Amino acid sequence: MATKLPPTDAVVVGLGWAGAIIANQLVDAGLRVVGVERGPWRDTAKDFNIASVTDELRYAQRQELMLRTAQNTITMRNNPSQTALPMRQWGSFHPGNGTGGAGNHWAGITFRFQPEEFRLKSHLEERYGADSIPDELSLQDWGTDWSEMEPHYDAFEKIAGTSGRAGNLIGGKQAGGNPFEGERSSDYPNPPLKQPYSPTLFADTAREMGYQPFPVPASLVSQTYTNPLGVTMGPCTFCGFCTNYGCANYSKASAITTVLPALIRKDNFEARTHCEVLQVTTDSAGRRATGIIYVDSAGRRWEQPAEIVVIAAFTFENVRLMLTSNIGEAYDPATRRGTTGRNYAYQTANNVQLFFDNKNFNPYIGAGAVGMGIDEFNNDNFDHSGLGFFGGGSTRVTPIGATPINARPTPPGTPRWGSDWKRATVDNYASTMSIGCEASNYSSPNNYLSLDPTYRDRLGRPLLRITFDFTDNDLRMAQYVTEKTAEIARRMNPRQIVANPRVGPWDGRPYQSSHVVGGFIMGADPSTSSVNKYLQVWGVPNLFVVGASAFPQNPGYNPTGTVGALAFKAADGIVNHYLRNPGEMIST
Amino acid sequence: MKTLMGVTLALLPISVWAASTEYQDIERGRYISVLGDCAACHTANEQQPLSGGVALETPFGTLVAPNITPDLETGLGRWRYEDFKAAMTEGVGKGGYHLYPAMPYPSYTLMHDEDIRDLWSYLQTITPVENAVEANQLPFPFSIRSVMRGWNWLNFDQQKFEPDPQQSDEINRGAYLVESLGHCGTCHTPRNFMGGEGSNKFTGATVDGWYAPNITPNTHVGIGGWSEDELVEYLKTGGNRYDFASSPMADEVRHSSQHWTDDDLYAVARYLLTGAGMESSDWDREPPEPLPEDDAQVRAGSHIYFDRCSGCHTPDGGGEDGIFPQLASNPLVNGDNTSSLIRVVLAGSRPVATDAKPTAPAMPSFAWNLDDNEIASVLTFVRNSWGNAAAAVSPEEVADMREELQGE
Repeated sequence: MATKLPPTDAVVVGLGWAGAIIANQLVDAGLRVVGVERGPWRDTAKDFNIASVTDELRYAQRQELMLRTAQNTITMRNNPSQTALPMRQWGSFHPGNGTGGAGNHWAGITFRFQPEEFRLKSHLEERYGADSIPDELSLQDWGTDWSEMEPHYDAFEKIAGTSGRAGNLIGGKQAGGNPFEGERSSDYPNPPLKQPYSPTLFADTAREMGYQPFPVPASLVSQTYTNPLGVTMGPCTFCGFCTNYGCANYSKASAITTVLPALIRKDNFEARTHCEVLQVTTDSAGRRATGIIYVDSAGRRWEQPAEIVVIAAFTFENVRLMLTSNIGEAYDPATRRGTTGRNYAYQTANNVQLFFDNKNFNPYIGAGAVGMGIDEFNNDNFDHSGLGFFGGGSTRVTPIGATPINARPTPPGTPRWGSDWKRATVDNYASTMSIGCEASNYSSPNNYLSLDPTYRDRLGRPLLRITFDFTDNDLRMAQYVTEKTAEIARRMNPRQIVANPRVGPWDGRPYQSSHVVGGFIMGADPSTSSVNKYLQVWGVPNLFVVGASAFPQNPGYNPTGTVGALAFKAADGIVNHYLRNPGEMIST
Repeated sequence: MKTLMGVTLALLPISVWAASTEYQDIERGRYISVLGDCAACHTANEQQPLSGGVALETPFGTLVAPNITPDLETGLGRWRYEDFKAAMTEGVGKGGYHLYPAMPYPSYTLMHDEDIRDLWSYLQTITPVENAVEANQLPFPFSIRSVMRGWNWLNFDQQKFEPDPQQSDEINRGAYLVESLGHCGTCHTPRNFMGGEGSNKFTGATVDGWYAPNITPNTHVGIGGWSEDELVEYLKTGGNRYDFASSPMADEVRHSSQHWTDDDLYAVARYLLTGAGMESSDWDREPPEPLPEDDAQVRAGSHIYFDRCSGCHTPDGGGEDGIFPQLASNPLVNGDNTSSLIRVVLAGSRPVATDAKPTAPAMPSFAWNLDDNEIASVLTFVRNSWGNAAAAVSPEEVADMREELQGE
């Protein structure tokens, strides 16, 4: 039995990027907002000490910043004929926990999706023919467009202090930036980071081959920066403990380094941490969210009534909360009906390793998002006619820092242990680099999220079940883009290259990417989407579900820039439209 | 002028003045309470302002600030205005008992009558809170309040603030704020063996294990190198390029100076930076020569600095404005008293967060991975590099502070 609390104007579930941004915008609009966070309050000053944060065993191996699987995890299988099993140690992806969420241990790569992405299905049909999209893909348009998204990307970059070089600024293309990006209303708030040796070598070679390399946009600030909320960040020092780690230098943007220090000072905001939300409550007709029920660390249950409910947890928990709260119709792969759980997608990660003689890349110099990239083989930037697949990837060199336990590159044929292995790690540590290709993952009718029929969490609720495998489309794409990457690698003239295109089936054990998307997707049609372009749930107009769960498929880019933009978009919809005229913002 | 308390008290007329109920007077009184930073000592619980309870550790023992809400039993509910005025200007409470000078009546005695009246009017309007406070927790013999009679005779002048006709109105306003309401000297002026503010005004003193630094116009160890804008930025936002306010000064910024008007802050800056109220012989002296680069401690410290400190404070000590303080040519680094420096390296520190500067970037603790020798060396290096020059820090000083902190 939950104890009912006094009502509030808005409750926001999850205080990572999306939740913190929306809470701040609603508070500034005068609403009383309660933020509810499953994990602890995290804070650079108390949690990320410069003298102790560079601890690979603690953060990378033992995953201190990640959700504990004893608290909550997922089950996984490759196809509907299999029985899913629970993931007891995070492998394939790294869900975060606590304020800041996965945004504390992310890499900081901050792309904007390209304009074509928001109408991908329409775009491909227009370019390649109405029946060109294979049956195994369930691509969809987003129900929005570039002109509606661009201002919100701009707002997010200014909050995060993103460092980069514009390639397409209003009024014309800019040399040295990404020529494939959509037209920007303003430049990045900070200049690009300085480049270490390996990305420089890659960019020089790519340029010789006629490609147009650009600095990877990074929310690791290149200089001291004070954002529009008055929060100050310090310049990145390339310490090399970045992805999987919290930043002790106030350099990596996350909700805790850019939004929460200002938000927590505001009188009409309250954060409740160590509080896990159990469900969204609705009226008897299911047409209105009445609030949430959560459990605190003492096991007490509380009901928080609210006029507006915003769910902004990680993709997995957004979808599970909708399933356990019976919001929308659960997706059924047999009939392809239902929207909750639909179009789960991932990222197709490929890479090519380069082993050199007589080069020293100083690989301990690194940062999650420093690097150079090219986009000639990403998304629909190249002609897919006759290739047998759609999609592509962002090809880039981003030295994240070669840490002592994990970074032991050895060429094929090296023993896995013993003195020969040790010698090989010494020989290759400084002279090995790699080119990654972070490629698209297009949604498919058989890839979806649902409640597991067998496994339950500590509170007795079903775990979320992932049914996923790479499609033939994606595996062919992986072969193609990895070969294009290998061409550049060979031109760089190493002693040896090793190409690693993604191959199936999906294996949950090795880390690939935390870019899990979809399951509660946005669109223009309530029969194939869960939320409209304001992230407002179809049929439940005071409920908003925000995050990468809204992506109908995943392009060859990292998702966080778009998660941030969608958060600003949802907040803008609530403040400038919904509050004036509460109800469905899009009529169908 | 030495005043005998009993005589003055006997001459007071029966109260004819009741607290004002005018909005302007009460609002003015509220601002006076901010200028005087009453909350620093009298508000322990933010939900119950001015209901007392903050413990003050003095060299003589512990004092707890009393409840000054209008509660009848536990606050000032039975006081008359004259009782309040006597407390503020003479250090005598209702009934004639002596206050201890942790209550800065030696500063407040300078207050304009109008300011005391408006402050009293404001105090009548706040919510009465029932909170009994045992103020005097000093050990014998200091617990005997009448010992203050002798102390006052030696250390206290009851007097009104007199503007200096040679100075501008702004300087005189600054003088009033610094000397009276702001009571800056309470922390920043060294105390004599009796705990009275002695000579060497504003040249720095130790408070609660922190060094309240030299705020004279000396450019090497004082704030003479700061511009008026930099000093106002510090008081208004909690930090400037040299420093962020920590511990006792963080409380001052949080409760008081961030809420002052710009005119008042600039008046303070002008008064302090021109040294108008100070004797230049107290502070005007040549800086020492820095220790040579080949000094063993300086050399050892330089390596530690580049490994441990330069990531934030930058290799040339320039820092990053707004987040990592500049150490080069920094008067706080050059001070004779190293207790704050050693303390922040050992224990780390979190400065005040303000609406203007919400980041409050922390200095991390190095107690667990730098030993006394290493901390002494790195501080000696910092104190003798990039325009700084000061005496070496000894490992013994670090060991003493480490022991003191472990006791906290």
